[in-house]
Amino acid sequence: MAEVLVYVDHVDGAVRKPTLELLTLARRLGDPVAVHLGAGADEAAKTLGEYGAVKVLAADSAEFADYLVVPKVDALQAAYDAVSPAAVLVPSSAEGKEIAARLAVRIGSGIITDAVDLEAGDEGPVATQSVFAAAFTTKSRVSKGTPVITVKPNSTAPEAAPAAGTVEQLSVSFGEKSTGTKIVSRTPRESSGRPELTEAAIVVSGGRGVNGAENFHIIEALADSLGAAVGASRAAVDAGWYPHSNQVGQTGKTVSPQLYVATGISGAIQHRAGMQTSKTIVAINKDAEAPIFDLVDYGVVGDLFDVVPALTEEVKTRKG
Amino acid sequence: MSLRIVVCVKYVPDATGDRHFAEDLTTDRESVDGLLSELDEYAVEQALQISEDADDAEITVLTVGPDDAKDALRKALSMGADKAVHVEDDDLHGTDVIGTSAVLAKAIEKTGYDLVVCGMASTDGTMGVLPALLAERLGVPQVTLLSEVSVTDGKVNGRRDGDTATEQLEASLPAVVSVTDQSGEARYPSFKGIMAAKKKPVESLDLDDLDIEADEVGLDGAWTKVDDATPRPARTAGTVVKDEGEGGKQLAEFLAERKFV
Ligand SMILES: Cc1cc2nc3c(=O)[nH]c(=O)nc-3n(C[C@H](O)[C@H](O)[C@H](O)COP(=O)(O)OP(=O)(O)OC[C@H]3O[C@@H](n4cnc5c(N)ncnc54)[C@H](O)[C@@H]3O)c2cc1C
Ligand SMILES: Cc1cc2nc3c(=O)[nH]c(=O)nc-3n(C[C@H](O)[C@H](O)[C@H](O)COP(=O)(O)OP(=O)(O)OC[C@H]3O[C@@H](n4cnc5c(N)ncnc54)[C@H](O)[C@@H]3O)c2cc1C
Repeated sequence: MAEVLVYVDHVDGAVRKPTLELLTLARRLGDPVAVHLGAGADEAAKTLGEYGAVKVLAADSAEFADYLVVPKVDALQAAYDAVSPAAVLVPSSAEGKEIAARLAVRIGSGIITDAVDLEAGDEGPVATQSVFAAAFTTKSRVSKGTPVITVKPNSTAPEAAPAAGTVEQLSVSFGEKSTGTKIVSRTPRESSGRPELTEAAIVVSGGRGVNGAENFHIIEALADSLGAAVGASRAAVDAGWYPHSNQVGQTGKTVSPQLYVATGISGAIQHRAGMQTSKTIVAINKDAEAPIFDLVDYGVVGDLFDVVPALTEEVKTRKG
Repeated sequence: MSLRIVVCVKYVPDATGDRHFAEDLTTDRESVDGLLSELDEYAVEQALQISEDADDAEITVLTVGPDDAKDALRKALSMGADKAVHVEDDDLHGTDVIGTSAVLAKAIEKTGYDLVVCGMASTDGTMGVLPALLAERLGVPQVTLLSEVSVTDGKVNGRRDGDTATEQLEASLPAVVSVTDQSGEARYPSFKGIMAAKKKPVESLDLDDLDIEADEVGLDGAWTKVDDATPRPARTAGTVVKDEGEGGKQLAEFLAERKFV
């Protein structure tokens, strides 16, 4: 069977969920071969094998951490040369897309980004995308070269399918261009202890209606009662009430959870672009005319300072 | 020596309009007004600031797009860019991102550059990969997705806020930079700027000028093919209740029905 390269997103060998989704999708196209760069390959290989990786190509080198993007492209290209895959799948993170794009040019292939589903087709993999702020669903394919496709988080449920997951060392040579952009320093983001925004099953977001950083604890309390991640609109982020890394929307994160709760958010097109594909949408807004109500499965017209604490209490009571 | 800055800007259908696909499954540019992609205003702004900090700099704005795309160039010129280059050719219709990056790279080389500044993503295609593609093709460092950027002594420095960490980056010129909407509000064109823009040069280039064959671009030359585009089914109207003191409870009831609680 054809092999399919899957680029592994991990933190020191702890494989992130979008990669498990990619392995699951890759199995529809062929035998997944995982590419693991940096430390922790042996640890990661256990998980990768469990989700179907027949092989793990591993390379660890200081260049991956010291220089931006290009050393990783060099490594993925080395894996491509070693395997001659039928397709290359990369998680749709900002960095993932850049790596994928540069690889595509090097190997003379087309690229599709932000796929939300993948299936095998007569002329290669068919990617489903959600475009124009999720107003259209498209089906596309790469028509030249080996398909390079990036896939958004939450595109499918990871399914275990044990395979060998044998680790093989990948040898990579870095060119002069690889060290062009130096990473002078790196400050890891502090974890909030809540689920990762893009991976969460439930997201509770606050907007301008929250009216101050000091009020966001109301949103956080609701999120914690539901086991949810916290999101924010750009208005709330620009006002400095919540970190930009929590922004949902066109220039923030795209989320596609089972449940999205929008509080004090009007529902501008750029916000909708980041949450419109959520399975169930509910909103709390004091303006009955707010466009967010066009999207909801359930909406409450009311003051969030009344409704949200009451909801939180009720959820806690029901959960016992 | 003068710092030559090229800013890549895209002319896009207005995101607040009703965007559609045309029959050939390319973007329908007829039904919705076009404008300078809002995220590219941030690129123009940062280029202007870099140029203000430099002893001597010249900003060229560059677009690949149809005739109307001149509007995007004019807007950038009225913000303060010095001159514009417009790549237009009927054979470009339907070009995908790999083709667009090839055309832009050729045009940038022809114009001459020390620094290329892009937006973080277009507001229509929204792929966010073009800057990386340009760096690959031009063979220069990519310093992308910056929320802060500065150029001093032939080096570009910037801050990249990633998923898991914030990174401080450094590269030597020439380089390709892209900036996010966190980099600082873009200025509004002044009346003087708008009047001045009318006199600034706009150079037109076609595929011949760039030594690009028609079959390397356009819909037929594209590396990807869109087979189908379907409007998302309208959501069936949900229940909206007014809070009369029970709104929180009612919402909890709904969430329980759907098994979220
Ligand atoms: C290029 C570009 C990119 C953008 N990217 C993004 C993005 O990624 N994400 C994003 O969110 N936006 C983005 N925006 C901004 C977007 O256009 C809107 O400005 C923004 O989403 C508005 O945020 P909001 O809904 O919180 O604020 P508003 O539109 O001001 O809405 C606030 C809402 O809160 C309600 N409210 C007020 N008080 C209360 C109360 N006590 N109880 C209940 N409800 C209350 C009001 O009725 C109102 O509907 C972008 C814009 C541009 C131009
Ligand atoms: C399903 C689908 C269908 C599409 N159909 C069409 C279509 O019919 N016609 C069409 O034109 N596009 C179409 N596109 C988009 C097209 O493939 C890309 O827009 C284009 O090639 C560049 O990618 P991008 O807009 O996503 O740029 P990004 O990678 O998001 O852009 C990043 C930055 O690159 C620069 N840039 C991007 N494009 C240009 C440009 N043209 N000139 C100057 N600078 C630029 C800007 O600085 C921009 O901020 C489609 C996209 C999808 C997903």
